[in-house]
Amino acid sequence: MSKEWPLWEVFIRGQHGLSHRHVGSLHAPDAEMAVKNARDVYTRRNEGQSIWVVEARHVTASNPSDKGPMYEPSESKVYRHPTFFDIPDDAGAM
Amino acid sequence: MYAQMVKSTGEGVKARADMSPEEAAFQDKIDADIKIEPKDWMPEGYRKTLIRQIGQHAHSEIVGQLPEGNWITRAPTLERKAILLAKVQDEAGHGLYLYCAAETLGVSRDELTKDLLSGRMKYSSIFNYPTLTWADMGAVGWLVDGAAIMNQVPLQRTSYGPYSRAMIRICKEESFHQRQGFHIMMKMVEGSEAQKKMAQDALNRFWYPSLMMFGPSDKDSVHSAQSLAWKIKMDSNDELRQKFVDQTAPQAKLLGLTIPDENLAWNEEKGGYDFSEPDWGEFFDVVKGNGPCNTDRLAARNKAWDDGAWVRDGLLAHAEKRAARKTAAE
Amino acid sequence: MSALYEFCLRMGDSTLVLGHRVSEWCGLAPVLEEDIALANTALDLIGQTQLWLGLAAEVEGSGKTADDLAFLRDVWDFRNALLCELPNGDFGQTLMRQYLFDEWHLGMLKALQGSSDDRVSAIADKAVKEASYHLERSRDTVIGLGDGTEESHARMQAALDYLYPYVGEFFIADALDDAAAKEGIAPELNSLKAGYDAAIAATMNAATLTLPESKFAHKGGRTGRTHTEHLGHMLTNMQWLQRAYPGASW
Ligand SMILES: [Fe+2]
Ligand SMILES: [Fe+2]
Ligand SMILES: [Fe+2]
Repeated sequence: MSKEWPLWEVFIRGQHGLSHRHVGSLHAPDAEMAVKNARDVYTRRNEGQSIWVVEARHVTASNPSDKGPMYEPSESKVYRHPTFFDIPDDAGAM
Repeated sequence: MYAQMVKSTGEGVKARADMSPEEAAFQDKIDADIKIEPKDWMPEGYRKTLIRQIGQHAHSEIVGQLPEGNWITRAPTLERKAILLAKVQDEAGHGLYLYCAAETLGVSRDELTKDLLSGRMKYSSIFNYPTLTWADMGAVGWLVDGAAIMNQVPLQRTSYGPYSRAMIRICKEESFHQRQGFHIMMKMVEGSEAQKKMAQDALNRFWYPSLMMFGPSDKDSVHSAQSLAWKIKMDSNDELRQKFVDQTAPQAKLLGLTIPDENLAWNEEKGGYDFSEPDWGEFFDVVKGNGPCNTDRLAARNKAWDDGAWVRDGLLAHAEKRAARKTAAE
Repeated sequence: MSALYEFCLRMGDSTLVLGHRVSEWCGLAPVLEEDIALANTALDLIGQTQLWLGLAAEVEGSGKTADDLAFLRDVWDFRNALLCELPNGDFGQTLMRQYLFDEWHLGMLKALQGSSDDRVSAIADKAVKEASYHLERSRDTVIGLGDGTEESHARMQAALDYLYPYVGEFFIADALDDAAAKEGIAPELNSLKAGYDAAIAATMNAATLTLPESKFAHKGGRTGRTHTEHLGHMLTNMQWLQRAYPGASW
């Protein structure tokens, strides 16, 4: 049997989305075709404004057992979230 | 269902006391509704059962394109043609999402495809029945997609993350499938005598095969307990079948059609309908490969796959040449 | 019949017949991704058909619908380009046919955006976006398969040799085409030719394929003078329900 097309991960920024979100995967011979396939497969219901594709083998995933050390520190860094700061209204838009 | 009679490990559910610490921690996560993700530790039986189930589900979507694809070129209006094409296209998408979910478990789409084409892996028995008239497009959407949705909605909560996410996407898309089918039926029963007859005939032929979609009765379903404990099966076959009949019987009445079952009657006491079991002998025949369309369906899939080989190879060869030229230029 | 009516048929019958052909692939493409993409192309073309034949029916003014025109006319009434009715053949032939059509279609639609008739330019505005994507995809596929393996190259060359004699028809105007051009409804067909020829030459070059030397052109589909034998079989299939159950509503 011949070789299978590589697997790509697809990220789409929607109509009102601020950032690209992982929506799924697909197969394609190269990056250009992967973008086109993503358009055909994952934006059939008007879901997308912008598409990213990454070949799946280039995605490095965190190890699930690292869940503690990887994510808990950011839980205590609430200052990264804008609502942490109480700013007087007359400071204007920020 | 789309994955009927999926064999699990066959060892039965392990008692807590017999579980290794890993197995116990794994079961705890499932009991707490924490999703299992591809890199998480999982029992080999869980992985294998999931591959079989998701694979079978994916195959069903793909083979399921054929009976409805059979009518795309004969759809009676431009709008019906577009709706049916979009619907069958969705099924291809469902197959694609599901193959991708299976791929996270370490099996490739090509391997699964090979197992489908050789007949080693199964797909839902329902797609081995022929679509003979336009009313069958109505019956399939109404009954077959209706039954599928009944099974897929709870599967959105299944324990395996990628499977669950695929089901969420699929359920979103499914919502119009059943409705377009019911709408076809409505037009038929409002139409000429011939159309009404066609609609009743479609219901007659698809009723029992639809009931079979949920798989054999719980008492004959040896593999269910472990799958239920792992939350890769969310309800028992009989529960879903009952729900399906309870939902569908009033719809048939609304259409003015008769469900081909003399024993169908509302049972006040159990709060559901009594109904006749399908012919399980026929079911096992179909599963074994002796349904009216098994041979044709597999032949069609094999032909499409074989005929497409040069295309898959050609486009990949071009991509590789281009990549090589690019590297050489750098 | 008016030039506008006739022109709408020529557009709508081509999209109808080609859309139908492409829809024949559903469930049978070489990979799922292509299956889904082909269905999108077919859906766009069917949607455009509803617009063109809808406008034709409106212009004709006897209360017919787009469906009446699609399902109740016989072969001699069809006005599609012959290229569109040719059989799918293998995937390569289908994509080559699509490419040769898309390249013309996009050029035509861009010109129609400036039509003197608002209804025509509105349809063109919508269709031009769809056709741009069809062209991008079919062109890349033709190049990929032409420059792929030995087998894919040979198949694409055979497809080109078979289909090329049908592209000339797009640029041969008859009196109705001239009338449509004069009224500003549509461009002069010949004005699209240079751009088309340059584009397909570039694509075939990238695809390592050779354009046939003969410029012979089959014609007669757009004028309705003749069709290939293939169209009748397609209509037999497509129109069967409407013919078998006259007057039924679906
Ligand atoms: Fe389905
Ligand atoms: Fe589906
Ligand atoms: Fe469906």
